[in-house]
Amino acid sequence: MTTPSRFPEPYGQGSGANLADILERVLDKGVVIAGDIRINLLDIELLTVKLRLIVASVDKAKEMGIDWWESDPALSSRARRDELTRENAELRERLARLEELELGRAPKEAP
Amino acid sequence: MTTGLRYVYAVCRPFGTPLQAELRGVGGAPPALLHHHGLVAVVSTVPEADFCEEALKAHLEDLDWLAATARAHQGVVDALTTVTTPLPLRLATVFRDDSAVRMMIEAREEDFGRLLDRLHGRVEWGVKVYLEPEPEPAEPEPAATARPASGRDYLRRRRQQSHAQEEKWQQAERFARSLHERLAERAENFRMHPPQNSALSKVPGRNVLNAAYLVPRAHSEEFVELVDRTKDEAPGIRVELTGPWAAYSFSGEESGAEPSVESGEGR
Repeated sequence: MTTPSRFPEPYGQGSGANLADILERVLDKGVVIAGDIRINLLDIELLTVKLRLIVASVDKAKEMGIDWWESDPALSSRARRDELTRENAELRERLARLEELELGRAPKEAP
Repeated sequence: MTTGLRYVYAVCRPFGTPLQAELRGVGGAPPALLHHHGLVAVVSTVPEADFCEEALKAHLEDLDWLAATARAHQGVVDALTTVTTPLPLRLATVFRDDSAVRMMIEAREEDFGRLLDRLHGRVEWGVKVYLEPEPEPAEPEPAATARPASGRDYLRRRRQQSHAQEEKWQQAERFARSLHERLAERAENFRMHPPQNSALSKVPGRNVLNAAYLVPRAHSEEFVELVDRTKDEAPGIRVELTGPWAAYSFSGEESGAEPSVESGEGR
């Protein structure tokens, strides 16, 4: 009750410490003990790298106004759907034209 | 049979002050103290559904889950730091039950004792130095007014710009190095962490120094003042202090601090 007053007040934690500060410590530092639940530590290291990549690429890119993948059918399922719809419509149209042609030709060929 | 697993936050020596009653750990469960062989493991029960191998693997890929768990873990360690010197364990150190935790304590008893002796009464302070982001171009739209008259003009201007940028970098690095030297002198030990990615930290500016210092509590006030004094020393450079943390960065095997500030340059 009286002891904590001797201790310095938390300075930046909570407010000042960002998520990177915390993850840096709880994921990469601290005593490593193999618990009963095995989590591959490599996974955790990979994860931090992965997180950095994910956050860096998607957020950053959007921040910078880069969103080309959203319209690239190879990268976006929505773009793929759009592409299919477009292609579908185009094919329908061509089919309709061909049918018309066929119909126009039909009377001549019939006799 | 068991409905929950044991999540271990930290190991410490027995301490007199009780933890705050309202303290909650990972998943909202209150932490408990497990005494064994003169040591204390700070544990809480976590649901097996979230912490079995497969679930944990999936959760760790989820940034929101990871952030909440990391903050809860840090919250307990932080509360311990106000009453004792905890040895923080890495995130998600989980055991089947109390007896498995006791066995772990027995197996690591000597290591724990040695580390706890070494860290007793010490805390970790984090110091980061940032090169402030470039202010918006000083001359508004120079392209229109001062269009380069020739290719040579253009190249010269480009060279001047990159020269100025390089100059700022060198200045920031010089500042970081001198600050580090002064701080290392006041600290018992230090660790250099890789500069932080601003996308993850959501902090503006370029991180040029990211260091942790091990400082006795008794000298912490001076250390903090020293950092505070440097804050206005260099224009365009920002110094950030976090802590006191449990000695996370000094809880690994004794490997000795790297003697240089090299890792601070993250380009």
